[in-house]
Amino acid sequence: MVDKKIKILVVDDFATMRKVIRNLLKQIGYDNVIEAENGQVAFRTLKSQKVDFVISDWNMPTMSGLELLRAIRADQELSKTPFLMVTAEALKENVVEAVKAGVNNYIVKPFTAEVLEEKIAKITDSL
Amino acid sequence: MDVRFINPFLEGTVSVLKTMAFIEPRPGKPYLKKDSLAKGDISGIIGLTGNVRGSLALSFSQGCILKIVSNMLGEEMNEINGDIKDAVGEITNMVSGVARKKLESMGLVLSAAIPTVVSGKDHSVIHVLGGPSIIIPFEIDAGPFVVDVCLK
Repeated sequence: MVDKKIKILVVDDFATMRKVIRNLLKQIGYDNVIEAENGQVAFRTLKSQKVDFVISDWNMPTMSGLELLRAIRADQELSKTPFLMVTAEALKENVVEAVKAGVNNYIVKPFTAEVLEEKIAKITDSL
Repeated sequence: MDVRFINPFLEGTVSVLKTMAFIEPRPGKPYLKKDSLAKGDISGIIGLTGNVRGSLALSFSQGCILKIVSNMLGEEMNEINGDIKDAVGEITNMVSGVARKKLESMGLVLSAAIPTVVSGKDHSVIHVLGGPSIIIPFEIDAGPFVVDVCLK
């Protein structure tokens, strides 16, 4: 049974996309959502408060989703944080890179609320 | 430009708008564009490199993009502002992603840059390769938009 009270951090350099994902999360019952506009801000947020789940875009300036994922996995305190990568390009080489870096799963834009719910549930069920 | 490139961008556009904005755009007949004047009021442009090079632009009329973003965000948008510009960049990025995945299955691997957004009356869409480009015109109830692609 998925706990819908978990705190989710949504990371994307496009404010519109953060809003869209927040709305989709709300549709499927997740109201406890915070945002960051790049990997660097996201990492600082993760170090300053407890976050249960990260949904991050792949392609961002300053610090990409992949760089954020590697930083999280290398940090003793944060290493087990569930991480769902959002990408507009599910190219094979990118998927391989993300898996090697320890991503729990990825979701390809565009996606519906149902697909997002499925992806989150798959990750939380496997923990 | 190879006509095989048209379908991935056409299908990508329909897929993105159907999923994210619950709108099914109606495609028109593609044609060749030789100048750099944008067809809409606001355009997103993204460079593409790999097995082929070039760029993709999406150019929206004001009414059209306001409706699309209103649907995406679930709130009424009344003017072209930061949220709209953000959305145009993101839509262009997503259409590029879906199209590139389809092109990958055709044996063509492409990467995309971060999109740029330009707006204003008589703004230009200048392709990386200069042009000419292929226009795929689309229509939704709120107005027209085009996909403008130049790949070699």
